[in-house]
Amino acid sequence: MEIKFSHDVDNVLKEAKKQNKPVLLDFSAAPM
Amino acid sequence: MWPDERVVRFVNQNFLPARVHVKDDADAFQRYGEKYNAHWTPTVLELDPNGEEQWRLEGFLPLDDFLGQLMLGRAHMDFKQGKWADAEKRFREIVEKLPKADGAAEALYWAGVSKYKASHDPSALKETAKAFSTRYKDSSWAKKASIWA
Repeated sequence: MEIKFSHDVDNVLKEAKKQNKPVLLDFSAAPM
Repeated sequence: MWPDERVVRFVNQNFLPARVHVKDDADAFQRYGEKYNAHWTPTVLELDPNGEEQWRLEGFLPLDDFLGQLMLGRAHMDFKQGKWADAEKRFREIVEKLPKADGAAEALYWAGVSKYKASHDPSALKETAKAFSTRYKDSSWAKKASIWA
């Protein structure tokens, strides 16, 4: 079980509007 | 932090998750960092469906405190939208499930406000002030609620 973070923020913002769902935006420096 | 099962469940149920990495997504990090005034990591933003910032966490927090702050932000989002019952439920969930977390006292305060906003019954505020007489007595939220006693 994990969080599938998208790195395409533009697309996530579009989807959020379409789905009427909030966005969690993580600014990270953690090793990937 | 992120692999914790409770955090994963909460994020997946409540948000579309996106990440910009300071090195691996350098252009996006700069672009969105400027757009959202985020110039340090970790910074976690909760945005409403229109992309407007509603909640911000900057810096590391231990797990329960981190989850509590995520939940608090989501509860405030419902509150700002006038979804009083949903907001109250979310605020109370923080107090019940993460009573020692950073944010629990704030959640207790706003749970009472949400109940009052839904009912316009002042007893909701009085009950909240009473609850603060036994919990989180030293918090600033207890002081804020003291006017309702």
